[in-house]
Amino acid sequence: MSERTLRVVGVWALVVLALLVPFLFGPYRVGEFTLVLAYAVAVLGLNLLVGYNGQISLGHGAFFALGAYTAALLIEKGGLPYLLTLPIAGVVAFAAGFLFGVPALRLRGLYLALVTLGLAIAFPQLIKRFDGLTEGTQGLTVEQPTAPSWLPLADDQFLYLLTLLIAAIMFVAAWSLMRSQVGRAVQAVRDGEIPASTLGIDLARTKTRVFALSAGYAGVAGALYVLAIGFVAPEAFTVTVSLAFLAAIVVGGLATIVGAVFGALFIEFVPDYASDVNDALTGVVYGGVLILFMYLLPDGAVGLLRRIGRLVARRPAAPAEAGRRPAVAPRGRGLPAGKA
Amino acid sequence: MERFIQVIVDGVATGSIYAALAIALVLIFRSTGIVNFAQGEMAMFSTFIAWGLYAGGVPLGLAILTTLVLSFIAGMVIERGLIRHFEGGETLTLVIVTLGLFILLNSLAGWIWGFGNRSFPSLFGDSTFTLGGVRLTVESVGIVAVLLGVVGVLFLLFQRTKIGLAMRAAALNPESSGLVGVRVGRMLMLGWGLAAALGALAGVLVAPRLFLDVNLMGSVLIYAFAAAALGGFDSAIGAVVGGWVIGISENLAGTYVDFIGADLKILVPLAIIFVVLLVRPSGLFGTREVARV
Repeated sequence: MSERTLRVVGVWALVVLALLVPFLFGPYRVGEFTLVLAYAVAVLGLNLLVGYNGQISLGHGAFFALGAYTAALLIEKGGLPYLLTLPIAGVVAFAAGFLFGVPALRLRGLYLALVTLGLAIAFPQLIKRFDGLTEGTQGLTVEQPTAPSWLPLADDQFLYLLTLLIAAIMFVAAWSLMRSQVGRAVQAVRDGEIPASTLGIDLARTKTRVFALSAGYAGVAGALYVLAIGFVAPEAFTVTVSLAFLAAIVVGGLATIVGAVFGALFIEFVPDYASDVNDALTGVVYGGVLILFMYLLPDGAVGLLRRIGRLVARRPAAPAEAGRRPAVAPRGRGLPAGKA
Repeated sequence: MERFIQVIVDGVATGSIYAALAIALVLIFRSTGIVNFAQGEMAMFSTFIAWGLYAGGVPLGLAILTTLVLSFIAGMVIERGLIRHFEGGETLTLVIVTLGLFILLNSLAGWIWGFGNRSFPSLFGDSTFTLGGVRLTVESVGIVAVLLGVVGVLFLLFQRTKIGLAMRAAALNPESSGLVGVRVGRMLMLGWGLAAALGALAGVLVAPRLFLDVNLMGSVLIYAFAAAALGGFDSAIGAVVGGWVIGISENLAGTYVDFIGADLKILVPLAIIFVVLLVRPSGLFGTREVARV
């Protein structure tokens, strides 16, 4: 089997597994997997920005929260059907990302990380400040979607499959976008701003749009999260969320599409098990994983799978690839990096 | 008017603490080009050690001194054992590694000392005195004096000693200084050690004003970032001036602008970072970056 076939088989196996989940587990587990899908969309969005475009955001929890609150308010106070709130949450977060991005993207690398970190810290405070609208620390309870009567599905199964469908659309969209000319421009900016600009790529425009797009992904993910949980409160959106998203893209693999799924599984299940042992263990694991992955596996779980795939395909890796790469982002491989 | 002056003096004192942490950030940024996200948590960890020593019966002054020395050593160990491996790599890698360290130290402190908060005694007591009709705390004045002392010592170290010269050389051009016999690696370790000790100082100064818990330095780090950005990230004087500007404006906004109040004060440094970076990306005192193609 060639590497390409292996990859296709792997992705389809993942799709089949994802479709089987609601029929293999009980309602509680299915609910957890629904959250995994919501997180995966946010992680994917962040990876478009960080992995593919080389910009660092430590504040995507804020856009996630914005999407969550947009959906919650529209459903509870606006009486909108829940399906309609998903695109609206996406658009609101996209617009917020755009407005935030226009000035922020004149800031490079580190400064963007600083400003977005501040955003993540300030956002829960802002939610509390506007408590007339958001009910402050009390939070908002949101009615969750129920399965239509003509479908032979329980509510939790329906919600999972609905989330899966939306997540799948978001994944395919990101995948094809990153394979397109736009995607190549996005990656060219990451690999070298000055060379990219000499090729006629508008740096500011590309970066702003990627930032907005990735905020939009986080917004949709936030809305999916609300549907899955049925409740929002500011405490759910502390800095930890933003850092968890970052940990997730590192675990899954920078500049990969499928990596978001692995990353999301990691941030949903690891804290659960870790907090059984000790409240502080989650943080120790997150911190340790960030450092260890950078040390040992800078291209994450997907990078590991790719290496295994190469072994199975009996095609010895080129020496430059087999050796440890100094850079994080898998780059310059001739292949579009989006083919995860 | 008296209240206004108090707010200003208090702002300068808080700003001095931000400045101490900002100088620590600048030290590391200048020598290794890394913005150390873990700087605040390293300081928090140190402060807990000082608290542990003090609670164990060591006099406060000695406890703090011991902590500074321990932090200095720990800073060198972190550079040599962890950061060295990634130096010269991509910004993203370094941000992720220092963030990892940030999360790791934060949770480790929680594991060891718990997540509750405790009070930390001030080195300067809580007495006040009156100057020109304005009541000031000894603590505020003491903090400013400590900061000025530290800046003086650092100035002498970097400008008047051979080791300071070597450190500057190693930061400016590692390859050439290596060729003339400067031990670049050692100098970087030294830089991290100094930064860790400075951070520890900021920690023990700020802890009496807040409560000591694992999130002690969270907001302080943001203020220090703002101070460093305002000052230009590669200038120690800039960090001091930046720290004061941030401290004063934060206090003024928190006191006089109703909408902001205590819980949204964090927006002030953010707004400042934003404006500075848009208007003058290299900060007030920083050197302008020039890219070579």
